[in-house]
Amino acid sequence: MSYEEVIFYFVAALTVLGGLGVVLARNVVHSALFLIVALMAVAAVFILLSAEFLAIVQILIYGGAVTILILFAMMLTRVRDMPGALDGPQRPFAALAAAAFLAISILAVVSAEWPGETEEITVIAFSDLGDKLFRNWAAPFEVASLVLLVALIGAIILARGEEGE
Amino acid sequence: MIPIQHFLVLSSIIFSLGIYGVLARRSAVLILMSIELMLQAVSINFIAFAVYLYPEQFTGLIFAIFVITIAAAELGLALAIVLRIFRNKATANVDEVDVLKW
Repeated sequence: MSYEEVIFYFVAALTVLGGLGVVLARNVVHSALFLIVALMAVAAVFILLSAEFLAIVQILIYGGAVTILILFAMMLTRVRDMPGALDGPQRPFAALAAAAFLAISILAVVSAEWPGETEEITVIAFSDLGDKLFRNWAAPFEVASLVLLVALIGAIILARGEEGE
Repeated sequence: MIPIQHFLVLSSIIFSLGIYGVLARRSAVLILMSIELMLQAVSINFIAFAVYLYPEQFTGLIFAIFVITIAAAELGLALAIVLRIFRNKATANVDEVDVLKW
């Protein structure tokens, strides 16, 4: 077993542990902290896939912004004091659906023939990625920024509330 | 070299954990966290395919960037809606918000 595989298995175990913590933790704040573990481990998976730029973006956006936003939402909606905020009676069905999806998709992954077994991952330079993003994908990029703007304005209007309330 | 199947199996596991979380949790904030997990699984898949199968094209990486962008927008908007619901109905549990249910 190469050192790459050892690192991959460690990171994958960390990711799955974090994911299990997110969906199974009995304390909602622990659940959010497990989410941080899972997201950072996914950033490590991105580095193993030689996508350093995405790993950095992942740490900045998810580690910095998203988890803080979620913790604030938990505080404001008082999830901790809310009765029955955790699991509903549909738990067995949820477990069944998740297990069925897992079985089907692992079966598909294992049975499929994957072309292009690369020996070496080609490391993608930041400059090439930026070049592609702003030349070939400029229009989708602009649409994405428009979506962000609309989401920002919508979030402000929704959270502010109506006049005279 | 790690085979591509490893990454695909990892992302399947994360995605099914997300499915479980979305279906089992009751609080909308916890459901949104599970949705974040599912989006992470999708990103892993995009990047793995981009790196292993078409290294000369960047489509998968660009799509992963868009996934992260849309996830941030979605989370911000969804949490604003959750706060709004909490202010109006004093609960954030999805099965108690059933005004649209016939």
